[in-house]
Amino acid sequence: MDHEQFRAETSHWLRANAPESMFGAPKSVDEICWGGRKASYPPDVKRWLEVMAERGWTAPMWPKQYGGGDLSREEAKILAQEMAKLQLRPPLTGFGLSMIGPLLLQEGSEDLKRIHISPIVRGEIRWCQGYSEPGAGSDLASLQTRAEIDGDYFVLNGQKIWTSYADKSDWMFILVRTDPNARKQDGITFLLLDMGSPGVSVKPILLISGSSPFCETFLDNVRVPRANVVGKVNGGWAMAKALLGHERTMIADVFKDRVPGNPLVDLARKYIGGDTHVADPIVRDRIAQVEMDQHCLDLTLDRARDGAKAGHKPGPETSIFKYYGTETNMRRRELMVDILGPQGLGWEGAGFDDKELAITRDWLRSRGNSIEGGTSEIQLNIIAKRVLGLPD
Amino acid sequence: MALVFTEEQELLRHSAREFVTKQKPLRRLRALRDGNDPVGFSRQVWGEMAQLGWLAIPFPEQYGGAALGYMDLIVLMEELGRGLLPEPMLSAVLLGGNAIARGGSGTQKETLLPPLIEGKLLVTVAVQEPGSRYDLCHVATRAARAGAGWQLSGTKALVPDGHVADRIIIPARTAGEVTERAGVTLFLVSPQAAGVSVVRQSTVDGRNAALVRLQNVAVGEDDVIGSMGQGAELLAAVVDRATIGVCAEMLGSMAAAFEMTLDYLKTRTQFGVLIGTFQALKHRAAKIFVELELARSAVMAAAQAADAQQPQLPRLVSLAKARCADAFILTANEGVQMHGGIGMTDEHDIGFFLKRARAAAMIFGDAAFHRNRYAATGGY
Ligand SMILES: Cc1cc2nc3c(=O)[nH]c(=O)nc-3n(C[C@H](O)[C@H](O)[C@H](O)COP(=O)(O)OP(=O)(O)OC[C@H]3O[C@@H](n4cnc5c(N)ncnc54)[C@H](O)[C@@H]3O)c2cc1C
Ligand SMILES: Cc1cc2nc3c(=O)[nH]c(=O)nc-3n(C[C@H](O)[C@H](O)[C@H](O)COP(=O)(O)OP(=O)(O)OC[C@H]3O[C@@H](n4cnc5c(N)ncnc54)[C@H](O)[C@@H]3O)c2cc1C
Repeated sequence: MDHEQFRAETSHWLRANAPESMFGAPKSVDEICWGGRKASYPPDVKRWLEVMAERGWTAPMWPKQYGGGDLSREEAKILAQEMAKLQLRPPLTGFGLSMIGPLLLQEGSEDLKRIHISPIVRGEIRWCQGYSEPGAGSDLASLQTRAEIDGDYFVLNGQKIWTSYADKSDWMFILVRTDPNARKQDGITFLLLDMGSPGVSVKPILLISGSSPFCETFLDNVRVPRANVVGKVNGGWAMAKALLGHERTMIADVFKDRVPGNPLVDLARKYIGGDTHVADPIVRDRIAQVEMDQHCLDLTLDRARDGAKAGHKPGPETSIFKYYGTETNMRRRELMVDILGPQGLGWEGAGFDDKELAITRDWLRSRGNSIEGGTSEIQLNIIAKRVLGLPD
Repeated sequence: MALVFTEEQELLRHSAREFVTKQKPLRRLRALRDGNDPVGFSRQVWGEMAQLGWLAIPFPEQYGGAALGYMDLIVLMEELGRGLLPEPMLSAVLLGGNAIARGGSGTQKETLLPPLIEGKLLVTVAVQEPGSRYDLCHVATRAARAGAGWQLSGTKALVPDGHVADRIIIPARTAGEVTERAGVTLFLVSPQAAGVSVVRQSTVDGRNAALVRLQNVAVGEDDVIGSMGQGAELLAAVVDRATIGVCAEMLGSMAAAFEMTLDYLKTRTQFGVLIGTFQALKHRAAKIFVELELARSAVMAAAQAADAQQPQLPRLVSLAKARCADAFILTANEGVQMHGGIGMTDEHDIGFFLKRARAAAMIFGDAAFHRNRYAATGGY
């Protein structure tokens, strides 16, 4: 099928099959579908997930044999463009699609792919990431959670922290220490853990934005089948890094799905005024700066993609994108609160509308952008060392 | 079109880099400056550049041009920028040549472009006046009707290579008030004409510029370039494209200054270790690298928009210029700082980049000017 025909049919199908309420921005976070056994979603959200999963279009580029959409890169781009044009929301989001799925397809055994990929596509299983520990954040390789072999099982003991959505998840991909005597990077194994296993307990932590996606996860003699190893025993560090590549690209990319138009300008017109020009020249200049930062970043992402297509080896782009994408998003959020002025001080209750409250909380959440998935400082270390060759 | 260079463009880069390196350009720049050279660049090097076909890049084949595009031009300009080459690419090709190619009559193109491309005729454009800052419509120079022609009176400042130009394109007002868009007309003037005085200006970066005064200078009908009263449009189109070239040159200059600094971080020892091991310096170096990459993307996008004649060209030019201005100044400031005391000496080359950064940032509008224009073209 040629691309124009694919575009026409896709657009037609989307219009015919998407429930009415799925066009436009979600009204609340409850309408964003993360899938999983533990949540229930509004009927339209569920139906949208089902029809898209049926076509494999929750994971458009994954192989058909595991339930994916088998689309080419070009076709997947067309699908995304058509969805954006209609302002259609993604039917599903989460760590399954963005992180563990891609890793399993790349590195997983045939059995693991068969068992896990299709439930990810269908949004049946929600995943969380068990990397960080109280003593192992930036220095992830010094993690201490132990896994000892007992027959066909590993027995896990230890604690994870900052596990986003652990309380809502069905499975966790986790890094554990399987050889305490090896060099710290060489004794780590990457496992898939059923959160329903005996000995797993989870305690939510409140964020400064008032929500609590964070958890502490405690592991007390938890048994995990040896078949759940991704890659090799003691070969988990390579898996961890491969997955971080997906994670950093995802975090940088999240902010690309911006609504059409110019929200910063609309906001400034509403709260500050001005017809041809935003009335406050300093705010206008700050808007231009953020817009130009984003514009340059988008062009650099395009350049990286065009370069890859032309056969150039991808370089340190993920670190640039993670670092600059998250820093730019934080600047954008701070500016939005500034534009709201005193209306940006609301937390809850009377006198503030939902959008104002959301902007304030999004600003607070965004402060985590430069921490999660490897801090900005760590990204700069990577650039200094790997790209610029500066000495240790 | 993709944001990547073709194999031919990479070849051009390679030969340009070789040429520039062979010149020992910074040593040459220093000698030109210290010797108060009256020309301020090398006519011989300029001739060699013409022979290599570099002056021909953006011009149509019928006048001896190579009919290539801005993606090719930015490859070349970047390499020239690495060596801070003082040869008059900006004035002759990006400004003068381009103004004639875009707005000139058939006769003007036929008589002026071939010698210009051969490096034998230097045409420049007087973009600025004292006090005009970056406003291209700020034209106080007057063109008064005198018989079949006009008489020009006024002052033009910082005319690039104006001290040795064979012709100077002068925007003058045939109607309207200062800063009005309508009423500006471009005239081709010979510096030898009665009433023209050209005084060389020396600028902080050692580049060549001149103050040009006109007093009742007579010009005729066939000295008009483009349409009467519509010169501001032509000037804006030419300056936008010249700005892309300046940005590419800045990109090369900042890359060179950054490499010089990185080398220093890898060789200078203090406290018993290489200073490049200090994270306080490492992170700043990494940030410069990010700024350089972002600036490069913007310059490539602007060049591509020029080649594809896309309507968002002015917006992308502003993006590129604002970005390059900030990034070059950052790179140069940090370059001097990280060199410590030696960076403050005239003997060290890093200072040339600091001076050039400031001058280049201001050519055709500084970062604030272009952010303002970016906002305006974005409808706010
Ligand atoms: C919103 C959010 C969601 C998260 N979700 C998850 C999740 O789902 N699963 C999970 O496993 N983890 C998750 N994390 C944890 C995250 O990966 C860690 O917080 C992060 O890696 C930093 O580790 P840390 O918090 O221990 O900080 P530390 O490593 O203690 O760092 C403290 C400060 O020191 C700096 N620093 C540390 N080392 C260096 C160095 N070598 N050079 C320079 N500066 C340095 C850091 O940049 C930081 O500013 C999440 C974090 C956030 C904020
Ligand atoms: C205008 C001027 C006048 C001066 N006058 C005098 C004078 O009259 N008498 C005199 O004795 N001296 C004088 N000095 C010298 C001055 O004190 C030194 O230049 C200064 O101490 C820096 O030393 P350096 O030049 O060797 O740079 P370096 O020590 O080589 O430093 C190079 C770069 O590395 C950085 N760096 C070095 N160590 C570290 C670290 N541990 N962590 C992070 N960054 C680091 C520096 O900040 C600098 O950016 C003068 C210098 C100047 C510029």
